Amino acid sequence: MLLSDFLRHDLLLAGTHVGCEHGVCGACTVIFDGAAVRSCLMFAAQADGHNITTVEGLAPDREHLHPLQESMRDCHGLQCGYCTPGILMTMKVFLDENPSPDEAKVREALSGNLCRCTGYQHIVDAVLLAARRLRG
Amino acid sequence: MKPPPFRYIAARTLEQALALKAEYGDDGRFLAGGQSLVPTLNFRLTQPAVLIDINPLDGCGGRLGAEPDKVRLGALTRYRSIERDAAMARDFPLIEEALPHIAHPQIRNRGTIGGNLAHADPASEMPAIVVALGGRVRAQSRRADRWIDAAEFFVGALTTALEPDEMLTEVELPVATPNSGSCFMEVARRRGDFALIGVACIVQIDERGRCAGARIALCSAGDTPIHADDAATSLIGEALSVAQIDQAADLVQRAIDPGGNVHASKEFQRHLAGVLTKRALATANERAQRVQ
Repeated sequence: MLLSDFLRHDLLLAGTHVGCEHGVCGACTVIFDGAAVRSCLMFAAQADGHNITTVEGLAPDREHLHPLQESMRDCHGLQCGYCTPGILMTMKVFLDENPSPDEAKVREALSGNLCRCTGYQHIVDAVLLAARRLRG
Repeated sequence: MKPPPFRYIAARTLEQALALKAEYGDDGRFLAGGQSLVPTLNFRLTQPAVLIDINPLDGCGGRLGAEPDKVRLGALTRYRSIERDAAMARDFPLIEEALPHIAHPQIRNRGTIGGNLAHADPASEMPAIVVALGGRVRAQSRRADRWIDAAEFFVGALTTALEPDEMLTEVELPVATPNSGSCFMEVARRRGDFALIGVACIVQIDERGRCAGARIALCSAGDTPIHADDAATSLIGEALSVAQIDQAADLVQRAIDPGGNVHASKEFQRHLAGVLTKRALATANERAQRVQ
């Protein structure tokens, strides 16, 4: 069983989305042992003993959003929202490792996530805004 | 888009992994990063009876041994760790330059150098780089332990010289020499897409700035990485001139056999090969001269 299917159907965490099932779209991206990975290219059995964070774990509590989620909302960084969880998880790790990125670096880091709706500009804006907010 | 049923076995030791591969042969596939293998399963292009997960194996990733002019990397070394290794960037500027072109960051977080080479995708960058560097790989089985030169390793599209009971366990690469410069260039439709053409060049110069050696290898130019030996040899003797580089690019265009695809006709691929060879050779030469 693919890790993506396990997360969605066994753990009922449907926030992780399935787009292409061959590793190119990024909708299924989760954080595995601190790194962004394609859950459609791993098997559930491989997760034994490891640490996974899905989009459901991004917000600190039920009342608050993660700064990335807030800035995606504030910058209209999503329309259908299908690519969004994968982008949030990818960008969460990216900003942890790169607190002051420039636009070029953000676009490079986004290159593994496809979005059919937004044209990416607002997503880039959201990431840069989140970076500023996280820097305080 | 779901994989066909298979038996999953997590190998705990190298011996166990090799015993399993000896038992299952071609019916068993090693699961390393899975970034090339699992898509083929999800497309049902391949339906192995058994997947032998080698991720749990200790000591199969990272640098193994230390020699001044060579680096040995375990097959399970993930591209992520190579990206973050300053010593790798220093020793292998060619690899450092190619890394951003290899798939996407998330793929590089899991993908391994051994898995990438064993998969032998004609469009893959690392096989061409390993051929350009003149590296070799270690193939182990229960009955044998041998080294295979990169030039002999890639036999056809998705086909290597590995026997059905063998596992690629190490990659050995000669370190960049001080009197050389390298350059990797690729054209793809989008960042991270398969290369339409990729070129890896190394130029070595003598104390007077004349070319003493050169290597040119291409990906997406045929069923295997193409080592453009005639083109490379044609450069030796004098300081590289525009005319010589142009002639070498011409020889490269003759040496390759691109198949063409939905993104690029074979004529366009051949054209790109010429353009990239010229640019990469000029840059590699410039870098070699600068070091002096």
